[in-house]
Amino acid sequence: MNVLKPAVKKLSLVNKYVAILFPIVALSLSTYANAEKLAITGAQIHTMSSKGVIEQGTLLIDDGKIKQVLEGVSVPAGYTEIDAKGKVVTPGFIGALTNLGLVEVSMSAGANDARVNAHEISSVGSAYDTQYAINTDSTLIEITRLEGFTSAATGLGRTGQLFDGQGAIITLSKAFNSVVKPQAFMHVDLSSGGANKSGGSRAALWVAVNQSLREAEFAKTSDLSPNKEWHGMISRADALALGNVINGKIPLLVSANRANDILQVLSLKTDFPSLKLVLVSASDGWRVAKQIAAANVPVILDPENNLPSQFDRLGATLENAARLHAANVKISIGINTHNARLAPQHAGNAVANGLPHTAAIEALTINPATIYGVQDTLGSLEVGKQADVVIWSGDPLEVTQSALQVFIAGKAMPMESRQTKLRDRYLHRDPKLPVTYSK
Amino acid sequence: MFKRNTAKMVVALLVTSALLPACSDDKHSNQAQRDENNPFPSTYQRIESAAIVISNVTILDGIGNKIENAEILLEDGKISEFGSSVSVPRNAIEIDGTGKWVTPGIIDTHSHLGVYASPSTRSHSDGNEMTGPVTAEVWAEHSIWPQDPGFQRALAGGVTSMQILPGSANLFGGRSVTVKNLPSRTMQDMKFPEAPYGIKMACGENPKRVYGSKGGPMTRMANVAGYRKAWIEAQEYQKKWNDYDSAVEEGKGGDKPSRNLRLETLAGVLDGEILVHMHCYRADEMAVMMDVMKEFNYKIGSFHHAIEAYKIADKLAENKVCSAMWADWWGFKMEAYDGIRENIPMVHKAGACAIVHSDSSLGIQRLNQEAAKAWSDGLRAGLEISKEEAWLWLSANPAKSLGIFDYTGSIEEGKNADVVLWSADPFSTYSQAEKVFIDGAMVFDRTNPSSWPVSDFELGQIAQGDAK
Repeated sequence: MNVLKPAVKKLSLVNKYVAILFPIVALSLSTYANAEKLAITGAQIHTMSSKGVIEQGTLLIDDGKIKQVLEGVSVPAGYTEIDAKGKVVTPGFIGALTNLGLVEVSMSAGANDARVNAHEISSVGSAYDTQYAINTDSTLIEITRLEGFTSAATGLGRTGQLFDGQGAIITLSKAFNSVVKPQAFMHVDLSSGGANKSGGSRAALWVAVNQSLREAEFAKTSDLSPNKEWHGMISRADALALGNVINGKIPLLVSANRANDILQVLSLKTDFPSLKLVLVSASDGWRVAKQIAAANVPVILDPENNLPSQFDRLGATLENAARLHAANVKISIGINTHNARLAPQHAGNAVANGLPHTAAIEALTINPATIYGVQDTLGSLEVGKQADVVIWSGDPLEVTQSALQVFIAGKAMPMESRQTKLRDRYLHRDPKLPVTYSK
Repeated sequence: MFKRNTAKMVVALLVTSALLPACSDDKHSNQAQRDENNPFPSTYQRIESAAIVISNVTILDGIGNKIENAEILLEDGKISEFGSSVSVPRNAIEIDGTGKWVTPGIIDTHSHLGVYASPSTRSHSDGNEMTGPVTAEVWAEHSIWPQDPGFQRALAGGVTSMQILPGSANLFGGRSVTVKNLPSRTMQDMKFPEAPYGIKMACGENPKRVYGSKGGPMTRMANVAGYRKAWIEAQEYQKKWNDYDSAVEEGKGGDKPSRNLRLETLAGVLDGEILVHMHCYRADEMAVMMDVMKEFNYKIGSFHHAIEAYKIADKLAENKVCSAMWADWWGFKMEAYDGIRENIPMVHKAGACAIVHSDSSLGIQRLNQEAAKAWSDGLRAGLEISKEEAWLWLSANPAKSLGIFDYTGSIEEGKNADVVLWSADPFSTYSQAEKVFIDGAMVFDRTNPSSWPVSDFELGQIAQGDAK
């Protein structure tokens, strides 16, 4: 195996097991953990920009930003070299739609900030805001980061109301203030799942959605002060949040699967032309791919969903991602929280079912960045962007490859998690002692 | 009661008849199964096929060996030859497998296909009899809807057999059944003729959550009391019947005890005829269950999910209990919090029996990739395991835990020709099951869309026959 090693000097390894057990991952943080200027050399670089894939290039990082992306190997003075020959470099992956930072254990384990029980502040669910709920101590952050993810869109899983509140973009650096962009999106479920919680029928669901948007429109020119009257169906707080949706400041993520439903979602733009729509799931989206492309609406999907799990997804197929892409629809993959690693796996499976490899990597990087309006700093390896970078052992879509080193804003992240610690404890347990004494 | 002798005879008969041509094979087995202890006999019939020769492939035999540039001959439903060259019978179908791999068919020991069928409407929710914590009397096979489109999806993932279990709400959820992934009109049409029954049991959170406010158990300690009480009743029932049987043998006669469906199944476990498959996440709970197993002298075939198996892999090896695991699912509830990516290879390396299972209508479609993830995570942690050894997790170990390894689960001469031709190394994300064979017949061919099986449910719906 080719060992990734810093070229400058030989280093003591972070922990002894790394040397013994992880010859493939024998990267040492100590050389460049604090280095301001890094040169990652020799790797196949997926820039996700007009430069495409550089077969053997150099990525220069300075002061947390991408300084240069070069063909060939060159290490300017003052840079610490990381020899990544034979490796693959990509931008950090972006969790396309997650509950990261909101949930530790999903069920029967105390407060789960990814779920809201109806609260009087909101009558239709649009007011809720996850930016206040992010827990950067969550073990899921490191576990997700180990899989090559550096940021994520995180939102509510369930409100029981019409809208599922406003989500945020977070970095996975574990910094106390990890919210990169608050109020980055709002979600509404207009599939059969949404109908189930809104009168049991789309006949009620859609009227409620239209009414909510109209009231928000009306509220724009109303005085919502507490001493003024407001008799809308939506609450004042809902109106404020939805106002940013209808004026296009906050993208509206809409879950829909049936072809009719998808077309009806697209038609929302007739009455609300500034809406920035994003489809979620869209299992039958391939049937109306042309219309989705014409409306310039991107799709966040789980490409592995190929079962008719509901009557509104009878057309579900593993080829959905490929067919949407072929029709020129921008797709994004990664609706995973505890198991982020499924996103590249399923993106790879989408490749096996016809999606071009580059499109699959875009679906994990630049496309989600663009959907959430953070493409100026995240999602590609271009000069001036934040240095969220991953060095992979090989093709990141291959299940047998792994992230060797993750950088966020140019800083090498520790490649450890609570899971690796559990693993190491039980791999090296001293049978003569209670397990609690093995660290 | 459970006529163990009869059951053994059924197996013996089938083994002998395996040498006979297919039609008389079916006649014999059906006859043997029309038996008072086998009220729902298998009506499975293999599809007749010309002999098939696949050449220029890499074979993983599923029991630890890899053969490059190999050939394999499937004939009369069996694997009749394999190696660097095989004979080619007249009229054999010849398939050039250059660059491709052949493995035994994948066997999933944990599926709810048919009992939680797609679409997942309330009317299809037939897997958990949540009316009491001990429902050993129910049989999953009576819930199976053979028109679940999930079967065809699993087939496209190289799954040739699977165990279908009741859910995990109950301490004793009921009997499981092993089927061939060749659904037709009835459940009996797919029932694996030689497979013994299993019973689903469950540890931990689920029974607590479901019954905590419905009369209990509401704690783990009451779970264990519940198992023990049931085994004590089963022992009494077993004794009543044993006493009756001996009395009859001695010519004394006596009143025949009345049948009790619940205790009949539990006594079947104590008699060693029904295999225990126990949903259990935590290491400490698995250790308790292995003590209960010794207290009542039965055998746990496998722990399912076994998120913490890596913590007690030595004890699992010592007690010869298999663990059926996911590669990386974790965190969805407290007892799944300590899941790690290296669970499967750590169990394997400790000398215990490791199995990759799905418990999912999506996961079942890519179990080879789940094994690949676990295998590579193991390598990175210094657990050297070859691919040929890792395939034990997908076919041989599952077959052993289901009691069908004499028939399937490996590429060995004389075994059922349940094999998969993969488009490339099946440890790759990009590899797909290109052709799937069950009992020597090609039942899925990715390259020929018009041949793809379609369930009644999908017939006449939009996208019928589309690539799924």
